[in-house]
Amino acid sequence: MFFRFLLRRIFYVIPMLLITTLIVFSLILLIPGDPALALLGDNATAEKLAALRAQLGLDQPIIMQYWHWLTNAIQGDLGRSLFTGEYVSDAVFTRLGVTFQVVAMAMIFSFAFGLLFAITSVIKPNSWMDYIARFFGVLGTAIPNFWLAMILVVLFSVHLGWLPATGFTSISDHPVDFMKSVLLPSFCLGSFGAAQITRQLRSSLIEVLESDYIRTAYSKGLLLWQVIWKHGLRNALLPVVTTAGLLFGNMLGATVVIESVFAIPGMGQLAVHSILQRDFPMLQGVVLIMVLMILIINFITDVIYGVLDPRIEFE
Amino acid sequence: MSQADEILNVLSLRASFPTYQGKVKAVNNINFSINKGEIVALVGESGSGKSVTALSIMGLNAPTIKYEKNSLISYKGQDLLTMKKKKLKKIRGNEISMIFQDPLSSLNPLQPIGRQIAEPIQLHQGKSFFSAKERVVQLLRMVGIPAPEKRLQDYPHQLSGGMRQRVMIAMALACNPTLLIADEPTTALDVTIQAQILNVLRELQKDTGISILLITHDLGVVAEMADRVLVMYSGEIVEEGDVFTIFKSPRHPYTQGLLNSVPKLKGAGEDRLKAIPGVVPNPLNLPEGCNFYSRCSYSSEKCSAAAPPITDSAQNQRFACWHPLEKKVNQFV
Repeated sequence: MFFRFLLRRIFYVIPMLLITTLIVFSLILLIPGDPALALLGDNATAEKLAALRAQLGLDQPIIMQYWHWLTNAIQGDLGRSLFTGEYVSDAVFTRLGVTFQVVAMAMIFSFAFGLLFAITSVIKPNSWMDYIARFFGVLGTAIPNFWLAMILVVLFSVHLGWLPATGFTSISDHPVDFMKSVLLPSFCLGSFGAAQITRQLRSSLIEVLESDYIRTAYSKGLLLWQVIWKHGLRNALLPVVTTAGLLFGNMLGATVVIESVFAIPGMGQLAVHSILQRDFPMLQGVVLIMVLMILIINFITDVIYGVLDPRIEFE
Repeated sequence: MSQADEILNVLSLRASFPTYQGKVKAVNNINFSINKGEIVALVGESGSGKSVTALSIMGLNAPTIKYEKNSLISYKGQDLLTMKKKKLKKIRGNEISMIFQDPLSSLNPLQPIGRQIAEPIQLHQGKSFFSAKERVVQLLRMVGIPAPEKRLQDYPHQLSGGMRQRVMIAMALACNPTLLIADEPTTALDVTIQAQILNVLRELQKDTGISILLITHDLGVVAEMADRVLVMYSGEIVEEGDVFTIFKSPRHPYTQGLLNSVPKLKGAGEDRLKAIPGVVPNPLNLPEGCNFYSRCSYSSEKCSAAAPPITDSAQNQRFACWHPLEKKVNQFV
């Protein structure tokens, strides 16, 4: 059953990828500017420009260019950067590792704070803890992350000097430095997520705690925290799983800003550089991988749903 | 009955809910006791305060509820209303347990039933799930679930309504409680399943000697199950007595009205069903005198002036009425 479900989901991914890549391919051509001009500079002659365009395949019709890119991509060849000449797949996968570490930390951060705030808030409704949780729920949603990033850098890096303002160390190289370098960016990325999870989980916990089986749980002699832990949380997490899936996509998008502020060599930064340099093959590769990531996350979300809720069957 | 047999004693229980329109008196000065091994039925219409009474015993009413000062629910000499939570927790599910009306919504949809039945055993007897398993299988067999070993991993949605209620009963009996409160246990079930569930309850009562407080609006269920009946009307117990006396010779007009509104097969189609005219009084604005005054065909001025006192009569029958019905004699067949 699960295997058929998996197969069908993979089958659905194919048209999604085709459509998104085609859209991105067309949109890139709308960006003003010419990679040949960017490569050769303003003083290049018309012949030289034309020769380079022909060499890069830019003189062909869009659909031909797309077809060319697609047939290569299926074989695993995403082309080479127009500027550095490195393989797009190599560059993208190195940076994907970086971005993945940052986003994973932001996710952990979101859930840790979301669970903490939502549960303390529900234990005593309308208490000061509840008000604090709700306040942060609104604050986290309202504060723009780039602004938060700059304020935190000024406070923790410039004034206090506790954390580095820029750069990134991979967890495999140096775990302590990794934590230092990732703390501020993941906090900025995750503050919105933490707020969303707090709000969602708080309301769904309140709803679940009203239900009949919670009354049954009390009638067995369980105390409030046992009721929440054993019967409330898992039921209340169901709608949060959907939110978390959406958040992941949201965070991938936000890395474009956050990685630029903290100078983290990740996917977001690569996307920005590629756009500025009109490095089309690189940009196309970045977008392809991001779309793929989001489709995978959607799939994982559905699987988690099925694992959490036995009433859902994989069909 | 001697005092020693008494396991639960409810004394002048008054409970009210504050609302924006004023205080709703859900339960207004009720007194009753339950003896060891007895099945007591609490009968009344919706909104008569049956469930509030039951939930007061469990301490599971909404936290907004207020109990009047001299209210007392004494279980083996301890007052459940003022008991510390930690202490109450040891009684709930262990010595007093409860089953509810709708077994589907009363079971956790995300947990296998084996886990849910084992939970009170793990909690009160400090056992692991693994060592509680044997007892769970025994319980499931007791309530008549076939091949119980194979059912432990089932989820509530995979069972039928009757099976679910059996699971609820198994869960409530897990720790061999002394008192089981059954709040409309058959209302959400098909008629054929109802009979099965009542059978299960009756058999279990015989085997374990447990006391049952059975809450229902169904007089058929009462006749089949109960030893003693408490008739509740807008927050008060209007009549109390053993089941034969109440059915044969009710003294309160409301009890008579309830009995009359049960359809009978004998002479079907000849008579229209006699419903009690009027509606239950607004609990926000209860009348001065008897609550049943406006709906009663025997009422006089006396009834509207003052609430009737509780009269004791023979055969352990008590009623609260100024104009009780004639006592029928030689009615036992």
